[in-house]
Amino acid sequence: MAEPAAEKTLLDVVTEADTDKNAKGPELTGEINVPRVEEGRIVKGKLSGAKPHAAKPEIMTALGFPDTLVDNWEEAAVKRLGELLEKYKSLQVYLDICVRCGSCTDKCQFFLGSGDPNNMPVARAELLRRVYKKYFTTEGKLFGKLAGARKLDLKLLGDWYAYFHQCSQCRRCSVFCPYGIDTAEISMAAREIMDSIGLGQKYCDMTIGKLLEIGNNLGMNPKALTNTLESIEEDIEEEDGVPVKLPLDVEGADILLVTPSADFFASPHVESLIGYAKVFHQAGVSWTMSSLASEAGNFGMFVGNYTLMQKAAMRIRNAIEQIKPKRLIVGECGHAWRIAYSFWNTLIGPFDSLDPNYPAPQHICEYTLDLVKRGAIKLNKEANDEFTVTFHDSCNVARASRMGSRPGGQFTIPRELIKASCNKYVEMDPATTMEKTFCCGGGGGLLTDEIMETRIAGAMPRMQTLHAVMESDGVNFMALICAICKAQFTKIMPKYGVPMEVAGGVHQLVGRAIELGAKE
Amino acid sequence: MSGLTLFFGLFFYLALAIFLVGFLGKIWKYAFTPAPLRIPQTPAPVHAAGVPVRMFQEVVFFKSLFRGNKLLWIGGYLFHLGLLFILVEHLRFIIAPTSSVLNTLVTYDLYSGFVLLGALTFLLILRVAIDRHLYISLASDYALLLLLMAVASSGLLSRFWDGGHIRMNLPQVKAFIAGLVTFNNIGSVPTNKLFLIHFSLVLILLIYFPFSKLMHAGGLFFSPTRNQVDNPREKRWATPWVKTRPTATLPALEMQQQQAPAAAPVQEPAAEG
Ligand code: SF4
Ligand code: SF4
Ligand code: SF4
Repeated sequence: MAEPAAEKTLLDVVTEADTDKNAKGPELTGEINVPRVEEGRIVKGKLSGAKPHAAKPEIMTALGFPDTLVDNWEEAAVKRLGELLEKYKSLQVYLDICVRCGSCTDKCQFFLGSGDPNNMPVARAELLRRVYKKYFTTEGKLFGKLAGARKLDLKLLGDWYAYFHQCSQCRRCSVFCPYGIDTAEISMAAREIMDSIGLGQKYCDMTIGKLLEIGNNLGMNPKALTNTLESIEEDIEEEDGVPVKLPLDVEGADILLVTPSADFFASPHVESLIGYAKVFHQAGVSWTMSSLASEAGNFGMFVGNYTLMQKAAMRIRNAIEQIKPKRLIVGECGHAWRIAYSFWNTLIGPFDSLDPNYPAPQHICEYTLDLVKRGAIKLNKEANDEFTVTFHDSCNVARASRMGSRPGGQFTIPRELIKASCNKYVEMDPATTMEKTFCCGGGGGLLTDEIMETRIAGAMPRMQTLHAVMESDGVNFMALICAICKAQFTKIMPKYGVPMEVAGGVHQLVGRAIELGAKE
Repeated sequence: MSGLTLFFGLFFYLALAIFLVGFLGKIWKYAFTPAPLRIPQTPAPVHAAGVPVRMFQEVVFFKSLFRGNKLLWIGGYLFHLGLLFILVEHLRFIIAPTSSVLNTLVTYDLYSGFVLLGALTFLLILRVAIDRHLYISLASDYALLLLLMAVASSGLLSRFWDGGHIRMNLPQVKAFIAGLVTFNNIGSVPTNKLFLIHFSLVLILLIYFPFSKLMHAGGLFFSPTRNQVDNPREKRWATPWVKTRPTATLPALEMQQQQAPAAAPVQEPAAEG
């Protein structure tokens, strides 16, 4: 006889998953076909059961959230929504002004990849907008369902949990919306509401917890970090015969590099770290990383929580106070660069102690390209002759930040750097690059294995366009400037029958091409 | 003053009041809700002067919609253009003597009316014909389209048909409207039924305006992804509702740095960013 099952808690009911663990990508044809929404209005979405694991009570309490779904969740959620409406102009305006024109409906990679209608950006936003209408608008109070208003019930809460974790907050929809409605803002707010009523997503909340407690997403303490860096130094010396250093916690160094912790030993991330180190080495500057700021990433943004994001970012300020560098440089990471570029000054600035002659912070690609242009380092393109390279614009860099002094520098600077490092470079379909780039499908806190089905679906458009250039031009290297993109693609490519070595970093190419040794 | 005139007079002022108070109230809210962080959708202007240019392209050409969906752009653009012309042409009921530009325009008002109605029909067809658009459409979306179509049709019809026994008397309409708008010498309301229907529908639209998605007309200007300057490194933006930063946790961290050596990291590294 089977044991009597433990009684399901409310949390279990809301987060109960039903997802295909062995999902594979569709066959690659090079085409992105817009799926048909066949079933009309009553459809049960294909991915309605693709829910991530819920955060455990100890993770939640450590972040100051209720340990499990609170009893008065409906009231509490509505209250939190009300508070957010007063704090975020984006949320207030965007919940009001969508006209359901439909322009965004075929723009989200998660819809294109899954055909689940709730992954159309406007439909995703409607999940929250319904509740907004019901509790906050005259229209919803008067006309109810006819105006799309709906009571927040357990079913809808379950849909929130599923679909707001199928948005990588990539902002692609906003590019095509006549009012710039950014569904990322809406999904951040929804996640913040869910956290505040005790319904947290494990991967994000655990990662933030580790960042706050230990100092990086990997949970790597300073000693472990030192050991890792030393062994990378040994590897470089063995390979190139040059004593390239990876300094840590050197007070008074001129440059402080803050990079995603994945660079310390995930693959291919570490290749880019080696690339940065060689660049600094060859430029002959004094630089360091910091164990206080051993993480550029900051999942506080993904969960839409300002306080957590600011707390996590404070570590960088602490590191600046400790190291006293002149310049602040950030490694390859999409969302981290968004936060660094767009938010750091607000969260932890002003950076008065840094040298005002340089932008603070500065992207590693800005830094390296400048050295190349000034002739301070030399790149030997032939070193990458085995590669035909293409570039995936990371969405957070493309649509939420900038490099250089002109608009669009975030597109030209990495491309120039890549072209300076290799001979063969090919663009992917221009309808899918630069500000129209697709997300890798793993951003925004989705990089967790239990929702592999979602991640495979989200990667579809990029995989198709990549496949097209692999077929037509023999591309065998897709250069990335985002730690999440790198992790996502190495995992997802094999599910599409593409070898994972095709994914690599921009500074991986730089690191291979750079001429080390004495300067003339 | 007849009862009918009184009724429509009051209806007009009530609708206008609701519209103005509601609209301005919403704009007030949009304007004064804080924007904690810089979130322009890049590439964005790097100087403040570029923002009006970006807005102009959106407001005058519907640039993003054009990128997003060409059919929708055609429908939406023609509709708004038709509406704009019709609104201007309606000024003839308010300002006197009408200017010559206006007079010329007015001679084309039938075209504007048909463009308006045609575009609305086209938008309605798109809404039901495209599977995705059908899925996201709410009853209120159809209701609004139908209301607008009713306004346009009743207006157009009054140009061709006498609306049942009493001819539309344009000077009388003009005297009535101009009187209402100027609070002065309000003539008696025209009794032409088509006019009364048209007039009522417009007033209903006005009342519904501030409570509906029609607020996109004002809200668009407050969209942070579109109206912000991309200069966060150059100019620090302070979050209005954050008064103090969380305190530095430095001492605790220093202790951590001196921690005993630990084994490998606690988690698979594949998943970080
Ligand atoms: S494009 Fe904008 S206005 Fe149109 S449906 Fe999507 S979010 Fe709404
Ligand atoms: S932000 Fe990106 S992932 Fe989210 S709805 Fe828009 S397009 Fe989809
Ligand atoms: S992982 Fe890369 S592509 Fe995906 S959301 Fe982040 S920056 Fe965008």
